[in-house]
This record gives sequence, structure tokens and C-alpha cells, in this order.
Amino acid sequence: MVKVTVDGIPVEVAAGSSALQACEAAGKEIPRFCYHERLSVAGNCRMCLVEVAGGRKPVASCGFPIGEGMQIFTDTEVVRRARRAVMEFLLINHPLDCPICDQGGECDLQDQAFGYGADHSRYRENKRAVTDKYLGPLVKTVMTRCIQCTRCIRFSTEIAGVPELGGISRGENLEITNYVEKALTSELSGNLIDICPVGALTSQPYAFTARSWELKRTDSIDVCDAVGTNIVMHARGAAVLRIVPRINDEVNEEWLSDKGRFVVDGFRRRRLDRPWVRVDGRLQPASWQDAFSTIAMRLKNVPGERIGAIAGDMCDAESMMALKDLMETLGSGNIDCRQDGAKYDTSRRDFYTFNTGITGIEDADALLIVGSVPRQEAPVLNARIRKRFLAAGRGGFPIAMIGAPNADPTYAAEVLGAGPDTLADLADGKLPFADALKNAKKPMIIVGHGALTRPDGQAIAKACWDLATQVGAMTPDWHGFNVLHTAASRVAGLDLGLVPAPKGRDVAGMLDGGVDVLWLLGADEFATDRIGPETFVVYQGHHGDAGAARADVILPGTLYAEKPGTYTNTEGRVQEAFRAVMPPGDAREDWRILRAFSEVVGRKLPYDTIEALRARMMRASPVFGAQWARHATADTTPPQAGAVAMSSDPFHPVIADYYLTHAVCRASPTMETCSGIYVHPANQAAE
Amino acid sequence: MSVQPNAPEGVEPTHFEFDHESEQQIATVLAKYPPERKASGVLPLLYVVQKQMGRQTGSAWIPRVAMDVVAERLEMAPIRVYEVATFYLMFNTKPIGRYHLQVCTTTSCWLRGSDDVTAACKAATGIKAFGETSADGLFTLTEVECLGACANAPILQVDDDYYEDLDGPRTEELIAALRRGERPRPGPTIDRLNAAPAGGRKVLVDDVARKPQGQG
Repeated sequence: MVKVTVDGIPVEVAAGSSALQACEAAGKEIPRFCYHERLSVAGNCRMCLVEVAGGRKPVASCGFPIGEGMQIFTDTEVVRRARRAVMEFLLINHPLDCPICDQGGECDLQDQAFGYGADHSRYRENKRAVTDKYLGPLVKTVMTRCIQCTRCIRFSTEIAGVPELGGISRGENLEITNYVEKALTSELSGNLIDICPVGALTSQPYAFTARSWELKRTDSIDVCDAVGTNIVMHARGAAVLRIVPRINDEVNEEWLSDKGRFVVDGFRRRRLDRPWVRVDGRLQPASWQDAFSTIAMRLKNVPGERIGAIAGDMCDAESMMALKDLMETLGSGNIDCRQDGAKYDTSRRDFYTFNTGITGIEDADALLIVGSVPRQEAPVLNARIRKRFLAAGRGGFPIAMIGAPNADPTYAAEVLGAGPDTLADLADGKLPFADALKNAKKPMIIVGHGALTRPDGQAIAKACWDLATQVGAMTPDWHGFNVLHTAASRVAGLDLGLVPAPKGRDVAGMLDGGVDVLWLLGADEFATDRIGPETFVVYQGHHGDAGAARADVILPGTLYAEKPGTYTNTEGRVQEAFRAVMPPGDAREDWRILRAFSEVVGRKLPYDTIEALRARMMRASPVFGAQWARHATADTTPPQAGAVAMSSDPFHPVIADYYLTHAVCRASPTMETCSGIYVHPANQAAE
Repeated sequence: MSVQPNAPEGVEPTHFEFDHESEQQIATVLAKYPPERKASGVLPLLYVVQKQMGRQTGSAWIPRVAMDVVAERLEMAPIRVYEVATFYLMFNTKPIGRYHLQVCTTTSCWLRGSDDVTAACKAATGIKAFGETSADGLFTLTEVECLGACANAPILQVDDDYYEDLDGPRTEELIAALRRGERPRPGPTIDRLNAAPAGGRKVLVDDVARKPQGQG
């Protein structure tokens, strides 16, 4: 630690810190544009000038290393004049278009111009104008507003791992561009919008929609993947207008995947906003009473084992708890939250969670990825892997994959093989990477759903667990076995026991006439065409998609933005989301629908408030009341291998089209456009 | 209004490949850097490209496809090559004439008559303004900053060669010679050796121990 004085306040900061960090430690706010704590230091905006005792001129604090006993002054006449001068230069070429700029109201330049800007410009020449660039359908550019802070260049190169942005030419002609007219190929490109301190990079779909001060902000959790990204819903009236990330260093730092951010325009399209009942083969609008009584009539005399329920990938824990309780009261053990047919040993929690933890990635020193493409399944988590990869330096964090990825992982990863046979070779020490794992102090293995959704999924999980034990990834203070989930609801579903009871039917068993009545809770991602023709289908959900199309009764439920809910991410971290807006039309909170229906069939569920329901969840699984903590390996007993032996078929990526993985994004025009541009460029050209 | 420095549409070739001569030069360049630091070779490689384009097409410039080839060869992101190529004004990102006339107009040259040199270039080639290429495609006229040869001002750099101590008529003569396909000897165009005084030594003439080195 080094002692320095900032404006007379003594502070101690870690050696190697910059003057700016010391000033922040002393509680002094330093204006800045190019400096960003998660990016490398560029030092080119010069806004963070401070005075250092003994120095002849002001120094850029962001890149100035501190020394013992250094005296820093942040509020002297010299500093104020220097910052005013810098601001004057920045504003020379900056247009005065704040009234029509989407960044207005949340613009660093605007805010800091209040503090350091002059009331008029002394510049009489023509301002420079810069041609706008095409960066794809998500990021809108107004490059004349750019102040060349280079944050976007550093973000795309360092965090996103797609070095596609750069600064070309020099001096007055310097422009930020990708040089070629091509969309940015990143699932994190939306973060450029947040990181740009001015209005040069703004959101294309949100363009000219609202002003930042009109919006009501509600904390929520992203359910487009299983990372559990912390987000804020920005709503005006009944509509969520945009989603931005919320800082949580333990989960998403301050990044958000493009799907989680831009899916928002699917919130109000193709919504189920009233109950529907199928009459003579056609869905007819109905009242809640009609819908409930239709289901109740159909349920009469149906034995419990002929009733089944499937929970979807975006469900909150509350509705899944209510669904499970309802099925139990109906005498059914046919319940499943695994639409994709994934196989887990659910007898212990660390068999199906990401035990190393997301922050744990930063401590790991070797990584094996089995049947997973983290870049598409969890872009924000992938950024954490890349962060570790960069921090470790050349060869410091060896990464290997089994199963060829369908996208550049953004870090150097050796593809060892295509299928489970490679896993056996690794265990036998036949591959050089086996030594890399063995020599590592904290190796980690990620098992994805490319492996777990196969018939031999459990055998692969056990093989990975055994390999982890063999290479020393299972120690009392390190748990190197990780399951990377793709469904936001999955871990909560498994925690609450939404798996078939003994002799109960799983998803595959409920299809093809396995049950007479099938209750779908937001479940669209399975072969709905394989539901038996005689099966009576109740679809409870928010979007008119595959499940609703097959339904005999539709009960309009709510999106994650419209209900308070609990979500458990792939690490097993329990997080709470709040209601941002009210559901449309007659739609109701999902657990309330289930609770109301239980009364209609005379099997009233024992909770009337969400608090009572949450108490019920805590009884079902204590994790819902507990603070999350990283697992250590308490017990190295491996999971059950399952009945199917490992085959040698190659792994296939589970996500074919990143932008269209669930019902909400299929309703979103922005996601549709992205899919056309990024995933099916050939079709796009043909149109 | 600033413009994209890319070549105009239709000019950009679809394909670029290093020829044998370039490959030999590249081998020499890359031998200087450790393999994991070979991106350091980006500047010399861009020169290799520009020279090859000069040899092959008579226009020494760097098309974007060639930058992509360099990026691939050096295992760096293409945008990093674009940044370098557009930063240095010695790299031409648009096609130029066979002869690149680069007039220094910075203070020393300007005081010694660079305006005459510029006027002579324009008169002899028919070029109207800096940055243009003559109608016959032979000459491109560029204004450059100090070339670091102030003692021999004014300077006209033709491709890689300095022609020094120019005036209007001698500039026109030089351009006429280039037009005939000749390459006059670079250096001072008046009676002096390098930057030594015109007309031979002016000082230490009595020093018998040393022989005068001037031409006169």
C-alpha cells in the first residue's frame, strides 16, 4: 500500500494504482471520458488532469502512477483552467445537437460541460463532420459527435474479443470505424452504447423513443440465458422501452448480452392478453371462468398419472413451485423442467451447477469445455473467460474444447476432438492437454448442454467429474466441475424438484399420448408436434408461440418484466427481479393463475401471498433463503452415470441461432433482423 | 468534410498475392522479429506491398485486399493494419500516378522557393491542385511536410529520391526527363556535393593536410 495525499486528505491505495484511483479513494470525483475502469488506460481525452506537487504542469491522472508521499490537488485554479481548456477543445468539433441526440440527459460530455464548459465558443471556423459508419442493426452511429476517446475500440478488442473497430487516419481526420461496411460480430455489441460517453454510438432500435428522465427504472434479472445478468428495465407507462445492465461484479460486471438487451421490442408483440379456449378446433376468446371450468371439466375422472406438466426456460421459481404443488395435489408425478431432455443426477446440487462460480473463472489456471459454446450460450460469462485468458498472459490459461464450436470463442482454445472418446483419451493421458490440466493448481471443466442433452448425458457428466477428480480439480477449497446452463429457469426448477417422481414421466414420456392432460408453463422449446393428438393441452404463458398454437386452453401469463420473481442462475445464485410494468389485458402473474385454478378444482394451494409462496419455496429448498457462496468440494462421490453408456457421436452446439432461442426473441423484430444478418446472411442477400 | 480514405469504388482490385521478389523481402523482414512478435513487421510489409503494386501496375499504392493479406500473414486483426496504413502519409491508400511528386512546402523550402517548384510541377504536368493525378496518369502531386533536408531547400521528392536545390526551370527539366523514362541522379541539382557549400569549400581552404573535397 502506498500513502498519498489528495487535497489534504491522506489515503492509502494499492501500489501500482493511478492518481485517478487515489483521488476516487479520497472521494474526489475526477471528470473523464476515455478512462474506464474495466478497459486499458488510453490517456487521450486529457479531461482528468490534476496537479501533483513538484510537477511543472498538470498530469492526466488516469495514467499517472502514484508514488509514496505524493501530494495530489484536484481543485486548484490550474486544474480548473486546464480542464476548461480541454473541454473547449473537445467541444470545438462537437455538434450542438443535444436536443435531437438520444444520449441527451445521460451524456458524460453534457454533464461535464456543465462543470467545465464555457458559455460560448471562440471557434469561428467550420466544424468537422464525419461520415456515419455501419456497425450492424443494433448500434447506431452519429460519428460527428465522436470525441475519439477510443473506449469502443478498447471494448471490442479487449472485452468482446472481436478487434473490428479502430481509429484510421490521423489528427483532424482521425475517425473511428470498422473500415469495412460490416456488422460487428459480437453478442456483446450493445455494451458499446453504454460505454460511449457521448452520443456517437446509441441504440438503433431505441432511437428517438424516449428521454432518459422520463423513464421509470426497475431492477430485474435477464432470463435470456442462465447467467442471471443483473439488469434495469427502463419503462414509460405500460411499456418497457429498453433494458440496460446493472453493475454486479460477481455476475456480469457491467455487461449485458445483445439478446438480453434488445429482446425488449418482443415484450408487447404476439402477446397472449386474454384466455382462449378451443371450440370445434378453433381458439375462441374466453373469460377466466370459462377457461378454468373448461380445464376442470376435462380433468374430471382423469387419474393423476395421466396428467403432466412441463415448465419452460424463462419461468420464475414462484410459478414453478406453484405448478409442482398443483401437480402433486392432482396426484401427478409427471413434471419436468427440462424441455431439452437434458440429463442430470439431481441428487446433489453440485452435480448440476456452475460450482467454480463466475468470479472463480478469474482464479482458474486451466479450462476444459465439453460440449458447450459459451460465446453463444452465455456471452457475458464468455467475456469473463476471455478476461481471465488475457490476464493470465501467453500460455497462462490453457483452454481446450471437446466438440467444435460454431463461433470463434474469442480466445485461443484448442479443439481436442469431436466427441466423448476424446474425454476418455484425456483421462488416459493420451493428449498433451491432460498434462496442462494436471499441472494446473485450479483447473476447471465446463460441461455444456451439447453433452447433457444427449441420451448419454449423465455418463458424460460422470466422465467429466471423474476427470476433474483425477486432475485435482476437486479439493476442499476448489470445485472444478461446472455445468453451464442455457435456460434461466433450470437450476431453480431442479432445486424445487421439477423432475419426474419415481415412475413419473419426463418430457419425452409425456409426448406421443403419454398423458391425457398436459400443462405447459411457458414451454415452447420442445417438439410440440409430438404431443399426442388426443392430449388436452393447457398453455400458460405470455407469447403466442409453438406451445400456444397447440393449446386447447390458453391462460395468459406474464413476462419476467411484469412480475416479481426469483431466478437462480447457472451458479445456483438466487436473485430477485421486481415488476417493471403491469401485464397487458387479462394476463395475470403465473403463480396467481395456478393458485386460482387450484381453488376451482377444489385443491386450494396453501398460499395467498407471494411471501407465503416464498416461504414454501424455502421449505422445498433452503437455497432460496440462503446467501450464495462458492462451493468447495465437500464430497467427491461422483454423480450417477445413468443407464445409457457413452457413445462416440460428436457433440453438436445446442444453439443454432443465437438471436432466436425463445418465444420472446422470436416475437422481436430486432432479433429477427439480427438473425437475418448474422446467422442467415445468404437468405438476407437473396431478398 | 473528411472522407473515407479507401479507394473509390471499382478501383479496388479483387485479389492480391505477394510475388517472388516480395516474398524474398518479407523473409528478410520477418527474420528480424521473434515469431510471436511478427506484427512488428507491419510497416516494412506495407512498403513491400506498395513497391510490388508499383512494379506490377505502375501505381505504388496499397489496396485494402493487400492490407488483409498483410494482416493474415502477420496474424493480426485487419483493422490494426488499416490503422497503420492510414496513419502514415507515406502509404498511399488510393491509386497514384507512376511518379509521385512530393513537394515540401514547409518553412525552409518555402523561403527558398517551393512555390516556384509547385508552380513548375503544375505547369509541366497539367495538375491543378495538390492531391491530383495528371490526365496521362504519370504524375501525382502531393504536398508534404518537412523532409528533413532543409540545407538543400527546396526539395522535391520523386518516389523515394530527393531532388534538391531546385528552382522552377530545373524542376520542369526534371519532370521532362521523368517523362522520357529517365531517372536523373538524385541529390543537388546545382554545383555542390550533398549539403556542402556550392562552388567548393569556403572554409579551411589553407589546411594543406586535407585535400579539398568539393567538385570545383
